[in-house]
Amino acid sequence: MNRNKTFKNIPDFKLSPTVDKVGVEERVARFQTRSIKNESKVQGLKLVLNMIDLTTLEGKDTPGKVRQLCYKAQHLHDLQEGLPTVAAICVYPTMVAEAKKALGNSGIKVASVSTAFPSGQSTMEIKLLDTKFAVDNGADEIDMVISRGKFLSGDYNFVFDEIAAIKEACGKARLKVIFETGELASLDQVRRASDIAMYAGADFIKTSTGKIQPAATMQVTYTMLCAIKDFYRKTGVKVGMKPAGGISSSKLALHNLVMVKETLGNEWLNNEWFRFGASSLANDVLMQLVKQETGHYQSADYFSID
Amino acid sequence: MSKHKHKKTEAFDFNGGWDYSPSPESTGHVKLKERYDLYIDGEFVAPNSGKYFQTTNPATEKVLAEVAHADESDVDKAVKAARKAYENVWSKLSAKERGKYIYRIARLMQEKARELAVVETLDAGKTIRESRDVDVPLACNHFFYYAGWADKLEYAFPNRNVSALGVTGQIIPWNFPLLMAAWKIAPALAAGNTVVLKPAETTPLTAMLLAEIIHESGLPAGVVNILTGYGDTGAAIVNHPDINKIAFTGSTNVGKIIQKAVAGTGKKLTLELGGKSANIIFEDAPIDQAVEGIVNGIFFNQGHVCCAGSRLFVQESVADEVIQKLKDRLDTLYVGDPLDKNTDIGAINSKEQLETIRKYIKIGKDEGASMYESSCELPKKGYFVRPTLFTDVAQSSRIAQEEIFGPVLTIQTFRTIDEVIQKANNSPYGLAAGVWTDKGSRIFNMTSKLRAGVIWANTYNKFDPTSPFGGYKESGFGREGGLQGLGAYLKIER
Repeated sequence: MNRNKTFKNIPDFKLSPTVDKVGVEERVARFQTRSIKNESKVQGLKLVLNMIDLTTLEGKDTPGKVRQLCYKAQHLHDLQEGLPTVAAICVYPTMVAEAKKALGNSGIKVASVSTAFPSGQSTMEIKLLDTKFAVDNGADEIDMVISRGKFLSGDYNFVFDEIAAIKEACGKARLKVIFETGELASLDQVRRASDIAMYAGADFIKTSTGKIQPAATMQVTYTMLCAIKDFYRKTGVKVGMKPAGGISSSKLALHNLVMVKETLGNEWLNNEWFRFGASSLANDVLMQLVKQETGHYQSADYFSID
Repeated sequence: MSKHKHKKTEAFDFNGGWDYSPSPESTGHVKLKERYDLYIDGEFVAPNSGKYFQTTNPATEKVLAEVAHADESDVDKAVKAARKAYENVWSKLSAKERGKYIYRIARLMQEKARELAVVETLDAGKTIRESRDVDVPLACNHFFYYAGWADKLEYAFPNRNVSALGVTGQIIPWNFPLLMAAWKIAPALAAGNTVVLKPAETTPLTAMLLAEIIHESGLPAGVVNILTGYGDTGAAIVNHPDINKIAFTGSTNVGKIIQKAVAGTGKKLTLELGGKSANIIFEDAPIDQAVEGIVNGIFFNQGHVCCAGSRLFVQESVADEVIQKLKDRLDTLYVGDPLDKNTDIGAINSKEQLETIRKYIKIGKDEGASMYESSCELPKKGYFVRPTLFTDVAQSSRIAQEEIFGPVLTIQTFRTIDEVIQKANNSPYGLAAGVWTDKGSRIFNMTSKLRAGVIWANTYNKFDPTSPFGGYKESGFGREGGLQGLGAYLKIER
């Protein structure tokens, strides 16, 4: 069962656990000193590739661009054998139908951002229509944004209800809830947003839209992983994690895997429960994988850009 | 939310799956000698008795090298050399020049940091992660810090007349071999004294590498003398009539013997002894970070830390949650080859200490406390213990009263702030304490009421050369580090 539900019995989100930033930084530094080499590195890098939501979220996106990206998703680097595909393609709602067609029965999911992404500044009605449009076009996953303004002004009920309503509109699609942590400012707030989203029915919690810096820092991701851990202990329901934005190097991606492994264990180390929202990460991982095999770094020109 | 009880769910799976490949630090660049002599009067000399003893790697039980066993006559030779160097050279040298030598030692240590870290790990069993990231850099920083004071002593203690003491005798323990040598030698030299130092018998190698570094630095002969040996060597230093100050770090039992021995002799004395420090978690604490702090507090250096947070006090309302998280965290710790960069917990320093720890684990079980140990596998060879927790522990339990000096944590719960202050202070020791709370005012209240030399707030086991360290009661007296640590090596008069 990989679906969460909206809980009726909910805690007081004002009492969400506090987070000590200095302590989090120290813990994150420990993950970064883990040494990952040889076979472990190759396995880890392939895992990373398989966890990527290959993303294009631009005003200038066209069906043509989306078709190219979908081809890349299925053929990451054909010269290299034994590579997995990415987990999903992440696009705007208007591109969902095109992506769905291009991906066919490859098994790669189509994720669509919705709810007036990236700002979320719109009416509930429009957000619901936005979501339904994406779902009707075949989106397997919905990446919604929370109303940060309401959240920061302390209207947690509004945020909860909004997520619950979108959850309902998702139907069978899995719901990822984006906090835009760069706008929440403190780790205490990140923790609170995580608690709200999970009790409201999020199947995944996601750091950022990729439009605001800082995005998926390890500190933020770690804080969210701790929230997922506590939620699982309390409810027995698993929730997935998606750091998005700012993860463009293999090294950082591997450190993220270390963090997942040592916080939530092996059951979260697959693309059902962990994703990277990234556009340029895949090629860096491919470059590292080729290097592991040949012992040489190839120039970026040997890896396709789509 | 912290008030919710845990629902029983399947545990997190921390075993198997994607894992790290072995990543051992190379030892190829380290060339240990077969035999190490004594460093006396600027020369490496054989002991008068001709006796040597072996030092082993506790992770493999293999012999690393032979080390000289200094007797009374060697100690006498070293003290005479130190006296001569003090009278004729060191006390005549300008303070600025003294400082330059200390800076030079610090820089040479930095240059050889990698070698020092590897040898420390080989000889002491501590993880390369800690010797590389904590022990060696901190040891260098002590030399750098005190080098800066060497020509500023009158500014360190304004309106006072300060002068060196003369010859100092220093005896250091096996838990942080190089770092303890730095804690002792650096302030002694900066204050203008000369030194006779004895490292612990199970961990003499980095002290001998330091002797080589000191020799290379061109420090005048006799200013620092390093003598390896057992307790009898230490006793000869303590009892030597021409020593002006004894500085000892080690067990409370030996500290008491030393205090008796120097009574009435006019020798100055500082003792940094054992501890059974309290780590206190309030219900409003950032729990995940507090759990990390508990782990750091007790499992750092396999629990071989005098200020280890070995007594955990958890407020009852969050006790279940904290204990559950601690157990989860224990299962993610990597125990094994100390040279592997991914190892969190290395080897117990010696067979003797391993037996002490096992004895206390048995006492804990016999006392009826509930034990939980990490599920990790231990290497077949070498001295290892699983990280261990005891719950259902009372103040009257021996495992909550006596220093175990290993990776064993006792957990007690409390209800009110007064209760926890009383319990935390209810110990013959008073070295350190940790307080975890989101409330600033409570931290200040606790720091004024806890009888401990060091109190950490929302962190644990943080060390810095500028910060004094030392204890109350049976944890010793005198301070090391910072200005206070400098003052301990000076005669300060109005």
